[in-house]
Amino acid sequence: MSTPPRHPTYPTRAWYLLLLLPLIGTLWVPWYNRATPTLLGLPFFIVYLLAWVPLSALLSGIVYWRTRRLH
Amino acid sequence: MRWTVFAVFLALFALVTVLGFVAARWRRADLSQLHEWGLGGRRFGSVVTWFLLGGDLYTAYTFIAVPALVYGAGAMGFFALPYTVIAYPLVFAVLPRLWRVAHAHDYVTGADFVRGRYGSPTLALLVAATGILATMPYIALQLVGMEVVIAALGFPMGGWLGDLPLIVAFVILAAYTYTSGLRAPALIAVVKDVLVYLTVIVLVVVVPIKLGGFTAIFAKLPADKLLLPTPPAHSLGSYSAFASLALGSALALFCYPHVLTGVLAARDARTLTRNMALLPAFSLALGLLALLGYMALASGVDKLPEYAAYFARFKSSFAVPALILHSFPGWFAGVALAAIAIGALVPAAIMSIAAANLWTRSIYREYINPQCTAAQESGQAKLASLLVKFGALLFVLLLPTSYAINFQLLGGVWIVQILPALLFGLYTRWFHRGALIAGWAAGMLAGTAMALQLHLAGSVFPLRVLGWTVPGYAALYALAQEQRAPGRPVEVYEHNLSTGALTRIPLDGRAARNRRADLEAALTGMRARHYPPKPDRFFCPRCPFLMVCPAE
Repeated sequence: MSTPPRHPTYPTRAWYLLLLLPLIGTLWVPWYNRATPTLLGLPFFIVYLLAWVPLSALLSGIVYWRTRRLH
Repeated sequence: MRWTVFAVFLALFALVTVLGFVAARWRRADLSQLHEWGLGGRRFGSVVTWFLLGGDLYTAYTFIAVPALVYGAGAMGFFALPYTVIAYPLVFAVLPRLWRVAHAHDYVTGADFVRGRYGSPTLALLVAATGILATMPYIALQLVGMEVVIAALGFPMGGWLGDLPLIVAFVILAAYTYTSGLRAPALIAVVKDVLVYLTVIVLVVVVPIKLGGFTAIFAKLPADKLLLPTPPAHSLGSYSAFASLALGSALALFCYPHVLTGVLAARDARTLTRNMALLPAFSLALGLLALLGYMALASGVDKLPEYAAYFARFKSSFAVPALILHSFPGWFAGVALAAIAIGALVPAAIMSIAAANLWTRSIYREYINPQCTAAQESGQAKLASLLVKFGALLFVLLLPTSYAINFQLLGGVWIVQILPALLFGLYTRWFHRGALIAGWAAGMLAGTAMALQLHLAGSVFPLRVLGWTVPGYAALYALAQEQRAPGRPVEVYEHNLSTGALTRIPLDGRAARNRRADLEAALTGMRARHYPPKPDRFFCPRCPFLMVCPAE
């Protein structure tokens, strides 16, 4: 016996809008061109940019997860 | 010679050489088909694609140049981080679509896609030629990275003995690329990425401990290297330079043939999207690598007499090798230097394959031998991959290093010019092929002219809108200074923040005098609260205040 088909909603491409966040977050320099607060001795400028790496991976992961049936 | 370093290096180099030749039997298939030789049969799954793209995007030159830029120019060098942060979401949104089209129509390159999309061999030829032209100096740059490593191993700099290791390494690379195609770099990329990650993690843990922690490192650095300079009034200054470098590099990433080759070799579109969420793991390594530039600066390796000759020859590019040699015992320095050198081989192989695919599909099959068989086609591509590599080798051996760097800069400007044809073509056919060709030509000319005007010293061009911006502000600055300190002479300089060049702005020309008269008139009017409207048939329809203008 096969399992019943999953809820037949089609994934929406609106999730792709999440991918805009890293662009806005990293390209607007005045938000983060500061030395303080520091983390482990690293200036905020570097901490902020490094933080965007896992953050953008997370966002891409969410978009992948929600839209994977499109591919 | 540093013998321990060299022995470990040689062992790892031998390992990847064997892998390169064995790769021909990996997922055995008929290598006389172009998509088998040049795209690995489009069968790479998530894991191989992750290693391949990681090995492809983070080149040896990245390992040398990004820390070198941080070492030399400070915070500006960190543009590499936002670049990789935004590149993956952009690729996520766009390239799976290209993969599907390419898979359905057996397209091997971006130019193939353009040819099919617009039905224009000419446009495809331009796209292919731009790709080859931009890739050649990129390969040469990988060689420059290897040159630095070879010197760090203790080989003499210059002379035939200094050039010999580079030639040997490249002949071997050319041989296994010829026999195994894209399978060779795909297999070697696994070794490369593991070595690179190992090296970066050890460096980022060990060096700060030796230097007394990050707080101590940053305390030693001059303050102006830590942050971007705050832009002066009326200019976006370093902020726009930083952001546009990041965005421009991310957009160029779409267009580089070696990136498209890596992308098209994936098994399916889902493999690609999954990878875009996984590839940022490499960006983390890149961010840590950039920190090495600061560490090299704080540790003062450039002041050590034993490295003085290297810094004199390679300048800041020697910062990372010097840090490696200085901080580690010989055997680990060998591992680290091998990581950089193998990091040069993988992208160089993929780039030469990509350029060969472009040549074969868009020039050989289109114009020279339209009736070629599949075997002739892949034979031509193999031959072209050899030529491209030896061209790059000659380029590096015969011309000064600065040429490779300058041409790579220009290549970056050129390659973005094919973005409209490639990117918009995925979504619409609305653009006419003639318009795309015209846009390409205009972009190539304008970009090259801007780069030449900077004497190829940088990629940040101070944009002047119709020649008004700088002289206009110069007059304003001069006037302000005169009112603050009357009677004293005033000079105004333009300071290019990316090149450090100072240019005096003349204040006595006719344009400057007119500008000054305009300013004085405007200031007098403002003081008297007298602002009469001056309707103008040309400007009024375009004015944002048209709807609220009292004069209308």
